Amino acid sequence: MSKPDKPLRPAVLESGIEVKPVYGPADLAESGGAQGVGAPGEFPFTRGIHRHMYRARPFTMRQYSGFGTATETRERFRYLIANGNTGLNVAFDLPTQIGLDSDDPLAEGEVGRVGMAVDTLADLEEAFDGIDLDAITVSMTINGSAAILLAMYAAMARKRGYDLRSLRGTLQNDILKEFVARGTWIFPVEPSVRLVGDTVIYCAQELPRYSPVSVCGYHIREAGANPVQEMAYAFAIAGAYIDHVVGRGLDIDEFAARLSFNFDIHGNLFEQVAKFRAGRRLWAKLVEGRGSTKPESQHLRMIAGGGGGGLTREQPENNIVRGAYYALISALSGTQTMALCSYDEAYTIPTEKAAKISLRTMQILIEEMGLCDTVDPLGGSWYVESLTNDLERRIVAEMAKLGDGIVGAIAEGRIQATVARQAFEHERALQEGRIRKVGVNCFTEAEEEPDVQFHVHDGAAARRQVERLAAVRARRDGAAVERALGRVAAEAERPVRGRETLMPAIIEAVSAYASVGEITAVLRRAWGTFKEPVAL
Amino acid sequence: MTVRVLVAKPGLDGHDRGAKVVAQALSAAGCEVVYTGLRQTAAQIARAARDEAVDVVGLSILSGSHLEHCRRVIEALRAAGLEVPVLAGGCIPARDVATLEEAGVARVFPTGSSLAAIADYVRGLGRAA
Repeated sequence: MSKPDKPLRPAVLESGIEVKPVYGPADLAESGGAQGVGAPGEFPFTRGIHRHMYRARPFTMRQYSGFGTATETRERFRYLIANGNTGLNVAFDLPTQIGLDSDDPLAEGEVGRVGMAVDTLADLEEAFDGIDLDAITVSMTINGSAAILLAMYAAMARKRGYDLRSLRGTLQNDILKEFVARGTWIFPVEPSVRLVGDTVIYCAQELPRYSPVSVCGYHIREAGANPVQEMAYAFAIAGAYIDHVVGRGLDIDEFAARLSFNFDIHGNLFEQVAKFRAGRRLWAKLVEGRGSTKPESQHLRMIAGGGGGGLTREQPENNIVRGAYYALISALSGTQTMALCSYDEAYTIPTEKAAKISLRTMQILIEEMGLCDTVDPLGGSWYVESLTNDLERRIVAEMAKLGDGIVGAIAEGRIQATVARQAFEHERALQEGRIRKVGVNCFTEAEEEPDVQFHVHDGAAARRQVERLAAVRARRDGAAVERALGRVAAEAERPVRGRETLMPAIIEAVSAYASVGEITAVLRRAWGTFKEPVAL
Repeated sequence: MTVRVLVAKPGLDGHDRGAKVVAQALSAAGCEVVYTGLRQTAAQIARAARDEAVDVVGLSILSGSHLEHCRRVIEALRAAGLEVPVLAGGCIPARDVATLEEAGVARVFPTGSSLAAIADYVRGLGRAA
């Protein structure tokens, strides 16, 4: 005689999906079956965008770095390359990110603090001195002032004799998510989207191997969105950019293949893997639905690493373990590039030691764990395929709530309010112990000052940067700068005309060593500044 | 008496999840909360504190520039003749707490602080006044 079953504890994912204690063929059939999965490298790419995925080439490892001046950043770049990084991910300081020069009074105390300070082309030239731009892909985490940094990168490459058509790299340049999370907006929503459009069109024409936009579900999730909203909002934002550029006369297949994505990983392992598989399948259908016939345009190319939001301030060494699981999830999900958060990130900019542990974590996966042997190893699992079906349906439903209106919803602050409300609910659930977090609300320990080394901000470096800028201003051709800035102003004030972009004018300005702050000021005069809706 | 709180984001840092969570927690705890939005200068924060007649100012800083920003805001509040307590929250290492307190910060609530503790502290300020 068997005893009656004890009631099982409920298991509900962040997306709201109730997990069954056992999955079998009938459960998968009920969720929609596996007919829609397809083969790797074939539409709809559920299992991966390439036929052989990591077996042909492992994921790119790209750690986020950059601080202080160009000289210090170059040293860190060389260190990362020497240790096996195959891509660079450049962090910029906040003044650079919002278009202020290092000598602006508002920049005081922030110069070189959370990334590299770039005022003029001279800074970028110094940071990349001695680094072969054809041998490495450079990703720049810049949004509000992304068009200016892209112009600088192109100007630098051209001066050094590179063919722009061979340059590879990624610009984050997702301004819509900056209004929702992260906050480095400058101009109002409409001209901001236009500027993204300008970079997409310019790259389609001149830098065909460069990725002009990395649409970020990541930051929206970090601000409080659940995994379904992360994908839904990212796809809606990417759709808004596509519609804008198509509206300016380009065919979707002229540029969509160069759009990429940046997603978050923390939380339930299976939910994350299914999120990426569902996302890959849905994105392919969405792009095809917009008239694309080129498979590359339909690929959901992504960078996904650990999300800082999953890390804890408590017992920071636990974050090394979390980071390893996030890397495992990322590899099981078939992402193209991995950038892991470092264990000390809840406190500080990652130290060299922490950044190296993250890098080694990824290398261990490649070299020791067999993650690169076969494609989509969880494919065919009754549970994972069921979740993939369920998540795809939920992402579609979340997008339907937005209608065509993501841009309006962001301008009015509605997405921001939804995400902030969820962040509050999440924090409350965490503090009341309804969501379990090791070291935070269970298995806690009395902790003194945690044993992490802090990244130290160098005030002297900030002063040197201000001096550098003054020196560049003193030796550049002032008349050429004025002329170039005048051209940027005139073109920014004109109505948007099809495929014409501001990029040639901005490249002329940066080549004359006009500064980020000067160019931004000219654009701000033409377009105004974003007024943040602050209602909670 | 209802405590009026100004939650402010000084400097250029755009990470406002914490500020918005604390603002909502204080509202839920019965405080009247005014949130400034991002990129406030010390002068703007002091003006908002005066115009909104708040009893306490909470600053949220995650970029590492907490020492500079707290000093500047406290200076601006004093210059405006306001004697309201200033709280600091965000990514603030324990070793900086004493320095912040010497600079005039009434209390530091680093990342991970209990929302209930923040609300209790703020409501206590109302009773004291």
